[in-house]
This record gives sequence, C-alpha cells and structure tokens, in this order.
Amino acid sequence: MSHNLILRIISKFLIPLIILFAFYVQFHGDFGPGGGFQAGVIFSVAFILYTLVFGLDSAEKIITPVVLRILASLGVVIYAGTGVASLLLGANYLDYDVLGKTPVAGQHVGILVIELGVGITVASVMILIFYSFAGRDRD
Amino acid sequence: MIDILIDVMLMSFLAITAIAIIRIRNLFAVIMLFGIFSLLSAAVFVVLDAADVAFTEAAVGGGISTVLMLATLALTRQQEEKPPAHTQWLPLTVVVFTGAILVYGTLDMPAFGDPDAPAQQHVAPYYIEKSQTDTGVPNMVTAVLASYRGFDTLGEVTVIFTAGVGVLLLIGSNLFKRRRDEDES
Amino acid sequence: MELILSHYNYWIVIFLMMAGFYTVISRGNLVKKIVGLNIFQVSVFLLYISIGNVEGGTAPIVIEGAEKYSNPLPHVLILTAIVVGIATTALALALVVRIREAYGTIEEEEIHEQDQSL
Repeated sequence: MSHNLILRIISKFLIPLIILFAFYVQFHGDFGPGGGFQAGVIFSVAFILYTLVFGLDSAEKIITPVVLRILASLGVVIYAGTGVASLLLGANYLDYDVLGKTPVAGQHVGILVIELGVGITVASVMILIFYSFAGRDRD
Repeated sequence: MIDILIDVMLMSFLAITAIAIIRIRNLFAVIMLFGIFSLLSAAVFVVLDAADVAFTEAAVGGGISTVLMLATLALTRQQEEKPPAHTQWLPLTVVVFTGAILVYGTLDMPAFGDPDAPAQQHVAPYYIEKSQTDTGVPNMVTAVLASYRGFDTLGEVTVIFTAGVGVLLLIGSNLFKRRRDEDES
Repeated sequence: MELILSHYNYWIVIFLMMAGFYTVISRGNLVKKIVGLNIFQVSVFLLYISIGNVEGGTAPIVIEGAEKYSNPLPHVLILTAIVVGIATTALALALVVRIREAYGTIEEEEIHEQDQSL
C-alpha cells in the first residue's frame, strides 16, 4: 500500500478533476446529459478511488460514516421537503410552478433543488456502501 | 446502414462476452468481463441515442459495481468457482424454451426504430413538444425525470436510501462500533 | 430478410437475457449468480432503450436543426433503474458476505449440505 508512488501521484491529480466534473454534471444536467443520479455516482467514485489508494482510515478522516449517514437522509428530506414547500405555497405535491415568480422559473428552481437532493443521497449512499465493504475485514 | 453495422458489431461483442462469462470459472476474470460487458452496453446506449443512460451505465456498471464485486471477492476469499454438480440439460432446456417463446412474442412487435410504434404514440409526443415551454429545460430526460415524473424519482431515491440502510445493517457494524470504542478510550 | 433487419436487435437482447437467466439457474456460486442477474438486468435495459429508439431521431436534448427525437420516457425509466440496480446489487453482495461469514462458503451445494446436517 505504501509504495504505489505512481498510483498515489496520479490519483492525487485525478481526484479534484473527478469532483469538478461531478459538480459540472450536477448543475449542467438541465442543458446537457447529466443530472443528480450521474453526478452522485461520479462524486462517490472520487472518494472510492481515494479509499482504494490511501486506505479506509485516512478516508474516514475526510468524511466520517456518521456524516454520510446524515447526508444520505438529508438528500431524501430535501426532495420530499420541496414537495411540502409547494404544498404550503398552495399547489399540488411536487408541483414546482409556484416556487418562482413565473411557472418556468419555478420549474427551474424545483428541478435544481430536487436534483441536488438526488445527488446528495446517491453520492453518500454509494460511499457508505463502499465503506461498509472496505471496513468489514478490519480488526 | 453504418448505424446497423455498428449496432450489430457491439451487440455481438456483448453476446460473446456473455458466453465467456458463463464458461469461465475464475471469478476475478468473470467480474472483469462483467465490467467490459457494462462498458459495451454503454456504447450500445450511445448508438441508440440514449446519452443520459449511457453516461449512467458507464459510471455505475463499469465503475462502482465492478469495484463492489471485487470487494466481495476479497472478503469471501474464493477465486475459483466449483464445477457444477448437476447435469446442465434441465436449465439449458428451460432457457431455450423460454427464449423461443420470447422470440415468438417479438414477431408481433413493431419494427426496430419504427416512428409509428405504439410506444412512440402515448405520452412521448407531449413530452417532446411541451417540455421546453413547460419547464424551460432543454434536456427532456431531466425534465421528465424531475418534473413530470417527480413522484417516481422520489420513490427511486427512497429505494436507494433503503438499500443503503440495508447494507449498513448487514455489514456496516464495524464502521460505527470502532468509533464508539475510540470515544470511550 | 425484412424481418431479420427489423427485429435482430430484440433477438440479441433475448439471447443476452437468456444467457443471464442460464447463469442464475445453472451455477451454484453466489457471486456468479449475481453477475448473471446483472446481465439479465442490463439486457432488460437494452430492450427498453431499443423500444424507445426512433429511426433518424437524435438524443432527446433540444437543439436547433433536430426534428425527430428518441422517446425520452424509456430513458428516464432506465436511468433510475440503473442506479437502483446498483443499490440492490450492493445489498445482494452484502448478503453474500454475511453468508460467507456464517457458512464459510459461497457455493450453494455446500450451504445445503450444512443446513441438512444441522
């Protein structure tokens, strides 16, 4: 594990790019191919690569399982909460028309927010699943 | 014509990979072949104009599922699959019979790529015409996923969350147990 | 000839489907069974996307100059199905890990033998 010099240098170079690409896919999903599901998966790939190369212990220092557990549920809450918000504003559940000044602006806000919720849940669940597999045979 | 040629090529690669997966006993090789299978299917999705799906399949199938299967292999410490104990005739018969029935079923299906097929007549024209004016989002897949079918997607996200909870319950105990020990010491 | 050209895609998909099905019912190794299930799953995705394909259409993203688009609905269904599929696959793999810890093997036959000797 300690001697993979090339692997370490290359992954240190790649991980920021992967995360940047994940954010691009997340927020550009309205215009090109992409969206919350893909962005979440790509974001988790960056952390999985880090865990594979540097070990689970150092990965857990960056983002702990407890935080991931909260984030995974937070994503679902953001999504369901958007529906509740539109209910409170007087429309049907998950009807985004009322979230902005015009229906189209409201749709834009709604889609961005729920895609963010999807992205957070998918990314943290995937990292959490990989942590579980990686941490199974320690001690 | 070139479309069909590429499609046939990729599809036959897929078929060859599937046969290799059935025949090879070394589990490591099987999992790597499955990664190739996923990547090839992502290429087929691109040929069939499904950019979003290809994107997801390449990231999920070629990336995460291969890594998770390799992690399982490392945890189970078993490299070779044991040769099957029973004769293969019964499963082979069942599979050939089921396949024949399915092929018979496709004979009534509309031709591949037919614009007048029933699947193209139902709600799809509405989505294609109205999604731009209704939501202002050029990517129809995102518009349908997040807006028209928001309930579906909420359900899917909940399924993913539930699966994550299930994995944690089954094998995730180490992650949290160890932290508690550290707090006590 | 006409029939082959218009239906070959469905037939190859059915072949892949049956390859996955055969792996599931004929092999005893649990990891291999899961790989078989995944092959089955991918071929169902291919079937859906094949149905949504429109001749001469382009990917369903609005651009100038495009007149025909592929059907976006199957794309949406399959996109979410892929991510849900990996989540459920992870659950199955976690079960395999637990079975290995409880029985010391991931071969179906050996698990049956141990169960009967109890």
